[in-house]
Amino acid sequence: MDVFSGEELTCIRSDRIVFAGFNFSVKAGDALVLSGPNGSGKSSLLRLMAGISRPAAGQITWRGKSITEDPERFFSDMHYVGHRDAVKQALSVRENLIFHSALRSVTSNIDNALDLTGLAALADVPARMLSAGQTRRLALARMLSSPAPLWLLDEPTVALDTVSVERLRAAIASHRKGGGIVIASTNVPLNIEDGVSVDISTFARENATLWSNGIADELGTEKRI
Amino acid sequence: MTAFFALIKRDIRIALRQLSDTLIVIVFFVISASLFPFGVGAEPNLLARMAPGVLWVTALLSAMLSFDRLFQNDFEDGTLELLVIAPQPLWLSALAKIAAHWITTGFPVLLVAPLIGIMLNLKPEGLAVLLAAMALGTSIISLIGALGAALTLGSRRSGVLLSLLILPLAVPVLIFGSGAVEASIGGYPVSQQLLMLSGLLLACLVLCPWGCAAALRIANE
Repeated sequence: MDVFSGEELTCIRSDRIVFAGFNFSVKAGDALVLSGPNGSGKSSLLRLMAGISRPAAGQITWRGKSITEDPERFFSDMHYVGHRDAVKQALSVRENLIFHSALRSVTSNIDNALDLTGLAALADVPARMLSAGQTRRLALARMLSSPAPLWLLDEPTVALDTVSVERLRAAIASHRKGGGIVIASTNVPLNIEDGVSVDISTFARENATLWSNGIADELGTEKRI
Repeated sequence: MTAFFALIKRDIRIALRQLSDTLIVIVFFVISASLFPFGVGAEPNLLARMAPGVLWVTALLSAMLSFDRLFQNDFEDGTLELLVIAPQPLWLSALAKIAAHWITTGFPVLLVAPLIGIMLNLKPEGLAVLLAAMALGTSIISLIGALGAALTLGSRRSGVLLSLLILPLAVPVLIFGSGAVEASIGGYPVSQQLLMLSGLLLACLVLCPWGCAAALRIANE
């Protein structure tokens, strides 16, 4: 059964059709990698998927229900890590995580998230002292601190060093092993195991369809449609 | 409800760590109110007559300094889009931010107001009513101001636009707020003005968080 899907999604930004007729469908344990040149609509698509903005046409379905029908249930099942890190500079690393966990109804494990992102030693440091990469890791720690089946990641590897990219890859793999879904946009090869990759720029004008089948043709390689 | 209190706690903590931003409102209130004796002359009877109006107008103008930051920081660093997609209703998050705004700016103004009143030779019998009316009035100003801040979020020169939107809406607060203080000094009953302020507060409490939520959603689209 498809857990998360979208039909005929169209995104219009200031009278320009960014993409049209985009279909996607992912099942538990799937990964979808969005690629495409700058301005092709990767971030816009992720914002549509997250429910931050509404599509000009089409609808997005989570577990059989439109996300506009039961937004609170969808939002509690989803983590979105956008371009902006949502880190408060005046608060410490731990205080930032405590605040974001309080927004969610499930119990959180902040120490585990700090360990997974390598921020444990910096837990009590004010966030304004962090480097760009460490701030990005803090944004990812927010996602790791409370469980949610759906991860929407907008360029998660930006500013990350190679060790952190490896950690992220491991986190994504264990998330998917537990039946989680990952949808990520990226400009660098993220090498997600048997993840389906789609280039959004192909939906720029003509109507086209994409279905992720979740089955790997070749293990360890990304499939391009 | 944990999210509601977590948001209030976070905003208060940030306000305490960036104390200069919070103190600006109070310092502006004290300085602008103390300019009046210099401007109109230190004639005790004249000051006593003007005191209620001066207090309310300066409190309103000093509050204006704080609204442009209310949602701006969260908007810029991406926290606001996470509040839009948080599992609790956005109006509740907006209400939490408004409550934190009142605690960090409205409440300190309320504490300083009697001192300014004494400085302006306000009759002592007016002080209790001043506090009661100001408690209601500053809450209304926080609610209306938040609505204006949410509506102007992301626009150029939002500070100017904000003043044009909010100040006319705050006129009823001025009328009934200073009316209550003047009535108490004159020995008249004040329940009418305080009830009007309470009514305004209830209306704002229902409408403003809801309006804020709608405006914040549009700003994040």
